[in-house]
Amino acid sequence: MKSKPMKPVFSFVIALVAIGLLISCKPKKVDSALSGDAAKKVYVAPGKYDEVYLFTSGGFSGQVGVYGLPSGRMLKQVPVFSQDAETGWGYSEETKPMLMTSHGYTPWDDSHHPQLSRTEGQDDGRWLFINANNTPRIARMDLGVFKTREIIELPNCGGNHASPFTTQNTEYVVGASRFSVPYDKDGDASIAEYKDKFKGTISFVKVDKESGRMNLNFQLLVPGVDYDLSRAGKAVSDGWVFFSCYNSEKAHTLLEVNASQRDKDFIMAVNWKKAEEYLTQGKAQKWAANYAHNVYDEKTHTATSTMEKEVNVLDVKGLPGICYFIPCPKSPHGCDVDPTGEYICASGKLAAVIPVYSFSKIQKAIADKAFDGDFDGVPVIKYEAALDGEVEKPGLGPLHTEFDDKGNAYTSFFVSSEIVKWNVKTKQILDRVPTYYSIGHLCVPMGDNIHPYGKYVIALNKITKDRYLPTGPELTQSAQLYDISGDKMQLLLDFPTIGEPHYAQACPADIVRKHEVKFYKLDSNNHKYAAKQEKDANVVRIGNDVHVYATAIRSHFTPDNIEGVKVGDNVYFHITNLEQDWDVPHGFAVKGANNSELLVLPGETSTLKWTPDHAGVFPMYCTDFCSALHQEMQGYIRVSPAGTNTALKFSTGEEEKK
Amino acid sequence: MVQDEPKDDGQGIGKFKDITFAALDEKLAEQGKAVFEAKCTACHKTTDQKVVGPGLKGVTTRRQAAWILNMVTNPVEMTQKDPTAKGLLAEHLTQMTFQDVSDDQAKQILEYLRQNDAAGAEEAKK
Repeated sequence: MKSKPMKPVFSFVIALVAIGLLISCKPKKVDSALSGDAAKKVYVAPGKYDEVYLFTSGGFSGQVGVYGLPSGRMLKQVPVFSQDAETGWGYSEETKPMLMTSHGYTPWDDSHHPQLSRTEGQDDGRWLFINANNTPRIARMDLGVFKTREIIELPNCGGNHASPFTTQNTEYVVGASRFSVPYDKDGDASIAEYKDKFKGTISFVKVDKESGRMNLNFQLLVPGVDYDLSRAGKAVSDGWVFFSCYNSEKAHTLLEVNASQRDKDFIMAVNWKKAEEYLTQGKAQKWAANYAHNVYDEKTHTATSTMEKEVNVLDVKGLPGICYFIPCPKSPHGCDVDPTGEYICASGKLAAVIPVYSFSKIQKAIADKAFDGDFDGVPVIKYEAALDGEVEKPGLGPLHTEFDDKGNAYTSFFVSSEIVKWNVKTKQILDRVPTYYSIGHLCVPMGDNIHPYGKYVIALNKITKDRYLPTGPELTQSAQLYDISGDKMQLLLDFPTIGEPHYAQACPADIVRKHEVKFYKLDSNNHKYAAKQEKDANVVRIGNDVHVYATAIRSHFTPDNIEGVKVGDNVYFHITNLEQDWDVPHGFAVKGANNSELLVLPGETSTLKWTPDHAGVFPMYCTDFCSALHQEMQGYIRVSPAGTNTALKFSTGEEEKK
Repeated sequence: MVQDEPKDDGQGIGKFKDITFAALDEKLAEQGKAVFEAKCTACHKTTDQKVVGPGLKGVTTRRQAAWILNMVTNPVEMTQKDPTAKGLLAEHLTQMTFQDVSDDQAKQILEYLRQNDAAGAEEAKK
């Protein structure tokens, strides 16, 4: 049982036998042993709120999913790295700059690891950060409004996977290269020169305490292996960040085989406070760079994209005391720090044990120079000198570990499809439960905080196979909720998720709700084209550009009749939602638009660019059911052939303005 | 036994009660005009013409001051519980929205509506 988890079918038979025994011996307990108990634990009565917010990565959807727990009800999908026609994200004139990168407009990415901001090692519910894996970026979502407010690109980086992983007081979010690449001679080198020329980078993005504004403070130039996952130290290990590394073979082809040769790869321990010292001493090289920094301003309701041109680079090879490698069995993936900050658990995907390192032993090993030589100029600490102990025969394919508030760890096992609970100090295995199927990450609410909320663990599964009604060749993605408040983990609920739920973070709802915003104040709306009252509605022609300053309120647009637009014009509909109440968005759509609709929130101004391609009268209407007379919220725009003399005029009701 | 509906005192439901008027404050009415144009005109005219909601000409003679102030600051509860407001929702079918109007702004709006009705009365005399 310890080394070989039960197969689902086998466990099902055992469960049936167990139920049979319960029925024959203690009939009164049948209800609690069966799903009735689970149903009660996940039932949230209609009209009642959930206890916990769960933020899941959207994976290849590029977005973030928001769920309530324990019900598993989906509350929202927040657009981050991918265009979203439903909300106009990346289509409206105001949000297009958010998706700019050094490669131009970039409408998709692969988002992996949501990270809540924290204060003194505890989730503070202010912001949620998430990485873009493909075109390396980090986004910041504001949890007052559940909107993406900033995206910063990371230069000198291939595949930003070990990211964003906040430090104890959100001083930094980090980025790291999964793919090493060459940096000299404009980056043009033969792939066969990998071992000599390819390097990795670790990015330290500073976060402003008040505004949350991000700034790439410095990058570390590190050996050319694959950096996989990360966690910041906390409490005793505050000031450090730990990264797992694979491909210490430095293979550049068929990594499946060639990066699995060595017995041990590495955990890299990074002393970021030491790096900051070197930076202050002027030890950084200034590298020319070109990376986008996109910020959305909530007063102007408009994003701007700025290309940054320089970055500080610290080459760890010549700067002792920043980085140390610690050997770790076989292609480590997860690299997780326990609530005390003392223990670092690494999970070798192909390893038979989970090594648990001790932060104080690592410090002692560094002081004693207990090194096994170096790897590309970075000292390698002796395995035994850093090791606190190993969890033996935990399962197959360990990936990630989170923690409860009672000194226990929960590790996911991809190959054997299970969660294993073990004690951090004793390394003894306490319990195991199957997951359906092939769990990747797992999440305990605040499971990476100093004080976790150890009531649930959520399994984020890669495969659902027979768990849901089929939907053709592609099946839903899925998560599972387990109760971990007792000695034994108990499966409570399966629920579908969007995209691929790589990682997720969760925290009690109150922590997020205290930042809640219900609408944008019209008084503070400084949008350049806002019409803050109906008498400000206007239509202005500047050359071939026609600007429509329009308002929306239940249930009409002002203006709702427009004439004098010509084929070849660019029409900009600037729609201001005049409502000042919770939950009253208006939508805007116009026939033939090649982009999207707009979803305009109360007090917000949003702009759709429309280029009519032929003459005619085009309907426009509100797309978000807003009142009993929503279906009446409509209007017309007349488009005349190019070169004709139709006068520009507009109106709502009888009054006509010219 | 079905309980009798609570007696309707015409003051509506909300924080305002027993509001008595002093002489018309022109300055207050001026401030009210600005607030009204920003937050109310999308749905209400000061004539007797219905737009989204009823035209407001004569409203200060039809309703008590407290009722108007409660309707402006507490429209959702009013349209659920106050008999007159319930009737208006049934007639106009669009839920009146709270437009983030402060208590002071509500009083300014009321003064503007009083001024509007006073002007209307003058007009009628001629």
